[in-house]
Amino acid sequence: MSRGWMPYQNNGGTSIALAGKDYAIIAADRRLSVGYSIQTRESSKITKLTDKAVLASCGMQADRHTLHSVLTSRMQMYQLEHGKEMSTHAVSEMLSRTLYYRRFFVYYTFNILAGIDNKGEGFVYSYDAVGSFEAQKHAVNGDGGVLAVPMLDNFVMKKHRQLEDKTKEMTKDEALRLIKNTLNAVVEREITTGDAADIYVITKEGTTHEIFQLRKD
Amino acid sequence: MEAKPLSVDEKAVHDETASFLQDRLEGGFDFGLANRNALLVSQGMKLPKFTKTGTTIAGLVFDKGVVLGADTRATAGPIVAQKNCEKIHYIAPNIYCCGAGTAADTENVTEMISSQLTLMRLNTNTQSRVVMALTRLKRYLFRYMGYVSAALVLGGVDSTGPHLHTVWPHGSTTTLPYVTMGSGSLAAMAVFEKNYTRKENINEEQAMELVKQAILSGIHNDLGSGSNVDLCVITKEKTDFHRNIFKTQIPHKKDYRYEFKRGDTQILKRDVVQFEADDYDKQAWNVAFKQTGKKQQSSKP
Repeated sequence: MSRGWMPYQNNGGTSIALAGKDYAIIAADRRLSVGYSIQTRESSKITKLTDKAVLASCGMQADRHTLHSVLTSRMQMYQLEHGKEMSTHAVSEMLSRTLYYRRFFVYYTFNILAGIDNKGEGFVYSYDAVGSFEAQKHAVNGDGGVLAVPMLDNFVMKKHRQLEDKTKEMTKDEALRLIKNTLNAVVEREITTGDAADIYVITKEGTTHEIFQLRKD
Repeated sequence: MEAKPLSVDEKAVHDETASFLQDRLEGGFDFGLANRNALLVSQGMKLPKFTKTGTTIAGLVFDKGVVLGADTRATAGPIVAQKNCEKIHYIAPNIYCCGAGTAADTENVTEMISSQLTLMRLNTNTQSRVVMALTRLKRYLFRYMGYVSAALVLGGVDSTGPHLHTVWPHGSTTTLPYVTMGSGSLAAMAVFEKNYTRKENINEEQAMELVKQAILSGIHNDLGSGSNVDLCVITKEKTDFHRNIFKTQIPHKKDYRYEFKRGDTQILKRDVVQFEADDYDKQAWNVAFKQTGKKQQSSKP
């Protein structure tokens, strides 16, 4: 008769990332919710793993916290053992392995790793809960992800657009503007996304972090 | 000629059909598809989501009347179906009703009771009483055993004074000086419990402000409620419906026009068909668009 006990919980939220020629932008909202209640308006889903790689995870906050702690420790251990920072390719593989290690009691996290690689080009890797990953131009995750996909498909990939010059790359400012407007659009229609968003812009020069205010209702 | 008595099997079928038809004749819900739906769900079909109003609704009695308040967000699961819907429904010129629960249910039940009261007023030539609406609503909802999912805050002023009631989906009612309903009811009630004073000591402006704050608490702290605040103030002399008396703002508005130029979408085939309208259609078109009897040219795509 009892419903049983579930080890997992969905804390809501949305994350979006896109990669350009020499930059990457990753954003995630800061609202933590359970059911119809808000636990906090200031919970970050993003951790900076290296100067060049930033990780955002949607799903369950407890698993996200643990996963990010585990990865951060591993980054520090690598730095001490090898005397240098982990390359972004190595970071992406390590995340995949860490997730698959828990294949039979998964980390309930949907991850996006974004940043710039050793050549200085922007990248975005999108993961599933057990570590399968793929490089993409843009990625979304979380409850509001599906609402953001059409905007990114149209304005980053320029799919189905006859008149647009598909070879023209988006500039960093255009991309940042797109991310902010997409976040606003998602917040209008999805109840677990809102309050504020962390936006990280990663370039060769470094990583900037902005807290962008969103609707709080 | 004598009717042949039915055999046992035929009689059973006949009885079942007769009772089935009898139910349909009397109105009420038809549960004929319930078994089929249960079977489909067990095979993995997803039931359609009803638009619920998530909702924060509240009501308060002050010295001269009642104030009703509501948010304006309608949800279908985790998605906002309507950003600015109306949850304060008209029952009579002196009676209004806020509705939480399934949007179709609150809309239809309030409209139904509103028509019944209009007929009553035409018959008796007297102002409607709040208890009339209350009794009709509760009897109807009880008859439907909670299947009509409407949780209401009913308020108004009649010849016997100001009244405020809540009606629950299964048909029970309460009468209180301040009430809240909906998923945001706890957030709103917290504000009421902190700030409420007896009705003799609170005037219209203070009451409006208190209800507004209660609804705002629901809007900000409950995910099922959002957008704007509607208020309705009812006294013996007047009824004021303040639609969107408070609107929540977007901190950073959209700052770019994302436009699609003509030609951006690929046209694979173009077919232009001229309709010959008959006289009736032409007349209707002319009246609607204030044209003289000129033939309409289709504009170039």
